[in-house]
Formats: sequence, C-alpha cells, structure tokens
Amino acid sequence: MAALQPQQEQSPDRYAGAAILARGVSKWFGSGEARTQALREVSFEAAFGEMLYIVGPSGSGKTTLLSVISGILRPDQGSVAVEGQDIWAMKSDGITDFRLRTIGFVFQDFHLFPRLTTVENVAIPLILKKVDWGEAIDRAMKYLRIVGLERRAHLPPVKLSGGEQQRVAIARAIVSQPDILIFDEPTASLDGDTGRNIVAFVRDEVLGPHRCIVTVTHDSRIYEYAHRILHMEDGRLKGVENGHQSDGN
Amino acid sequence: MKGEIRLAYKLLVNDRAKFASLLVGITFAVFLMVQMTSMFAGILNRSSSTVINLGARIWIMDPAVNNSSSNIPLPDYVLDAVRSTEGVRYAVPLYSGGALVRLGNGTYQAVTVMGLDDSSLFGRPALLEGNIKDIYAENGFIVVKDAEYAKLNSPALGTEFEINDNRAVVVGLAKVSVGGLFGVPTLYTTYNRAIQYLPTTRFTTAYILAEPKTAADIPAIKSVVASLGYLALTEDEFVQRISDFYKYQTGVGINILVMTLVSFIVGLSISGQTFYTFILENLEKFGALKAIGARSRELVVMILFQATFTSLTGYGLGIGLCTLVITLAKARMPDYAALITFANLGIALGMVVIIAAVSSYIGVRKVLRIEPFDIFRS
Repeated sequence: MAALQPQQEQSPDRYAGAAILARGVSKWFGSGEARTQALREVSFEAAFGEMLYIVGPSGSGKTTLLSVISGILRPDQGSVAVEGQDIWAMKSDGITDFRLRTIGFVFQDFHLFPRLTTVENVAIPLILKKVDWGEAIDRAMKYLRIVGLERRAHLPPVKLSGGEQQRVAIARAIVSQPDILIFDEPTASLDGDTGRNIVAFVRDEVLGPHRCIVTVTHDSRIYEYAHRILHMEDGRLKGVENGHQSDGN
Repeated sequence: MKGEIRLAYKLLVNDRAKFASLLVGITFAVFLMVQMTSMFAGILNRSSSTVINLGARIWIMDPAVNNSSSNIPLPDYVLDAVRSTEGVRYAVPLYSGGALVRLGNGTYQAVTVMGLDDSSLFGRPALLEGNIKDIYAENGFIVVKDAEYAKLNSPALGTEFEINDNRAVVVGLAKVSVGGLFGVPTLYTTYNRAIQYLPTTRFTTAYILAEPKTAADIPAIKSVVASLGYLALTEDEFVQRISDFYKYQTGVGINILVMTLVSFIVGLSISGQTFYTFILENLEKFGALKAIGARSRELVVMILFQATFTSLTGYGLGIGLCTLVITLAKARMPDYAALITFANLGIALGMVVIIAAVSSYIGVRKVLRIEPFDIFRS
C-alpha cells in the first residue's frame, strides 16, 4: 500500500517536527450580545504517524478547531503551524494553495459530485492542481483500485453504498498524496461495522509514518483506532487521552 | 484551466434534466426573439418592395408621402422642373395605383399596376418569359410571377383579362427581388396605358424617378426639389422613411417590440431560474471544492463557462429552429413575410448575452458567498 503514503520528498526533516502545532487559538462568532466564543486558548500538537481524534459534545468547538487548523477559518487569536509553516501568516491564495498541496479532506456527507463518475470525483484535487485530465484520471483509477472500487469507477457516486462512497471520498482525499488528512465525522453516515472497517482501513493503509490524520467524531465505537483523543468542551481543550493505538503501536 | 472547464462541462451536461431545461428555455427565447424580429424585418422589407424593385437612385414625391403605397400624385410641371435641374441625368414619371382585374372565369382580383415611362421603361422587371418590347403591343401587360401570381389563375403568355372594362393581354412574366406586402399581384405596363385604362385623379404621376449625374449632385437636386415644395429622397432614405412609418406610426413596431421583450423575459426567467437551481443544488459541492483548494476565480470561470456554453448552444438551436420554421412556412405560404437579418441575429445574441450574464451573476454570487467552513458546519 505504499502508493497510499505521501511521497517522501527532498527533505526527510520535513517529517521530523510537528505535523500541526496550534498555540493559544481563540475564535469568536457574531457581534454584540450575540457574540460567542467558540474556541478558548486551545493549544495542541499533532505528530506525523499519528491518528488524532477531536471529540466532544455538539457546540464544544471541535468543528471550529478543525476548520482553523486546516486553513479554512481564520482564528481571532493564536497561531497554527502546519509542517512548520504559520498558515495564517499566508495570503488568502497562499492558504488555498497550501490546502491543495498539503491537506486532504473527507467530509461528513462525502460531498461527491453526483453528476460526475466516481473516478472523476477522485481526480478533482489533481485537476485543481493542473494535472492533465487523462493523467489525473489514470492516477485516480489507481487509487480507486487501492480502495477496492476499480470496477465502480465509471458509475456515479449515487449508485454506490454509503461505505463505498466513504472510500471514494478517502481516495479523493489522498489522491494528491497530502501529508495531513482531515476527517469530519467519518462514520456518521455509515452503519457500525462499515464505519469500523473504514477507520481500520484508514489506520492500516492510509496513515503511515509520514502522514497525520485528524478526525472529528462523536462515535465512541471508533475511539480504539486513535493514538490520542482531544476532549473539547465549551471551546476549551478539557483533556488529552491516549487511545488504544498508542499502546499497540 | 482546461481541466476545470472540462469539469464544469461535465457537471453541466451530465445533469441532463437541468441542462435540457436550460436549453429549452434559451432556445425558445431565441426562437421567439428571432421569429418576431424576422417577421418585422420581412414586413419592412416587403413594405419597400416597390422602391427596391424599381431601383431608382432618387425618388421625388409629395412631402406627405410616408410609404410607397400611399402616393400623392405630382403636377406635371415638377417633372419638367426636375428634368431641367443641374446635375440630373434623366427623370421619368412613374404611375402606381390599384385596380380590379376581371379574370377569365369571371372573378375579380385586386392588383397593383405600375406604369413605366413609355420611352425608357425605366424600372422594368427582369423577364422570365416574353419580350420587353411587347409591352408596347396593344393591351400589353407584364405579370410578376411571385407569391401572388396564382391569384390571377397563373396566367401564361397570351392570357387575356379585363381591367376597368379594358382588354388586357399578358405579354411577359417577370420576376422581382422582393414581393409585395399586401398580397396583391403586380402588373407592369406603360405609363400612358396605365393612365388610359385606369380612373385617375387630376395629376397622374405617383413618383418621379431621377438619376443624378454624380452622387455629389444629389444634395443640389434635393435642394431644388425642396424649393418646389416637394421631397427628393435617395433609395435608402425612402426605404428608411417607409420603415420608420411602419415602426412608429402603425403599431406594428411596438407590438413586435413588446413580443420580443416578452420572449426575452420568458427566456431570462426560465434559464435564470433553472441555472440558479442548478447552482443551488451544487452549492455545497462548490464549497467542498473551495475547501479542497479551488480558488474563487476558478469557480467563477467554471460558472461563466457553464452559462456561456448553455447560452450559445441555446442560441444556435434557437436560430436553427427559427430558420427551419421560416423555411417550412415559406414553402407552404409563399406570402409569409419573415427575413432573418444580421441585425436580428445581433439583437438575439445581445439578449442571450444578457441572459447568460444575469444567470451567471446569480450563480457566481452564491458560490462566492459559500464558505468552506459552512461545509463542515452543515
């Protein structure tokens, strides 16, 4: 499954430091009396080779934190360094390019285009990276083969089961070989067994030593696959728990 | 950008129902717009058929004349005055009037009779059959073989009929560039025979047709004619005067304009609404694309491409449909007055561009407003 791992680039030092380093991140929404603080001085670090979960009740700030560390939502205070680069010091287009190069997303509802075929959906990040269409489709097909959906390549996503759509979303997230993967509620749309199988697949085949996976989840059934679990409450980091993986790996 | 364009194309055409709705909306809007304006162009063209077919460079008339069929006869001295004007190579009288023809089977048919100058036959039509000199033969008339020809029971050379109790003989069949607007057959004869056969007013010259020595002489000729209290117009000016009359003084122009605007609004509503729904359905996906790393301008280009592609495809289909309908209509109804001009096509294209611009503006606004964060939050 080496193809699923990021290509080790010129500098091995790249993976020596923290994959993600958040320091004193705060975020407010709204104004006046409606102003609420979604994140309060959150600091944490995620390493390469680590599967980090962010858990907590609804409204605890985990989605906001996920957005801030992935370069989608600008924090009002604090800093976020991804692979040593302060992403919020970059210009808007720079952040967009950085996301495209460095971060892969798997969304809760997958957000696959129903009017494109499965393989075209997987090829989207490559197309955005200006890879030639034919080559993008070839590479996407390779990733579909890896996730076991080669024979479904030319079907629209709506013809696939929930688990298969999740695997397509994963293939799309990793097709451009990003170092960081962001999973938003990866099992929310799946039944228990399928969810566990998917997460096991991600841990065994997708993670690797040169990749960091950050997952937001409510699903306690998949906690066992995490190396560490960050517990959020009222925008604060309440605690960090070592997952079962940290013992086993 | 090629990849994004291809992506946009697939997103658009693979949504067959929406794409079809968009195409149908724009196609019918273009069809109606071109159909309306073509009918108008056809009416204007036919309303000037006399002017176009006779081909005189200068037309002299009473200032109250606003279209070729409502002429006001000119006194004979005007012809003499024009002939003696500096810069006039020659000037001839033209008779133009209506008459009733009694056909061989006893039925009557209204016709337009054109009386050409006896000595020059200036403005004579091209003959399909017969010899132009036979127009001087006793009772000689030339019949124009156009869409109205059959109303005279499709006469051949030698066919006889009556005009105002006078015997008339068909000595030639002719063709003209443009058929008339009012659906009556046209006969040509000499000026003197026309005023002899048909009841006339005190003056008999409908128009004086003049040829300047050079184009530079035209303003001076106009000035002399104006000093006589009459109006001299070039062929183009007379055609424009007739067009203006039909556009602004008959209600035809306003009706066509209203129908064209209604077609435009219908097209804009259907395609704008459908495109908006299309964008709305894909909005979260566009948000996901933003999160993945698509820049806003790439998404804008994708939407602009989709709107432009749909609009131009609908435009082509609309023009094709209109051409087909007009061709079929003309095959079944030779009188059908519709003419697709570059101006019609340009107007329709302009309106389609507006439809595309409005539709994409709605889409672009939506897509630019969606934040990737909304995708997580949803």
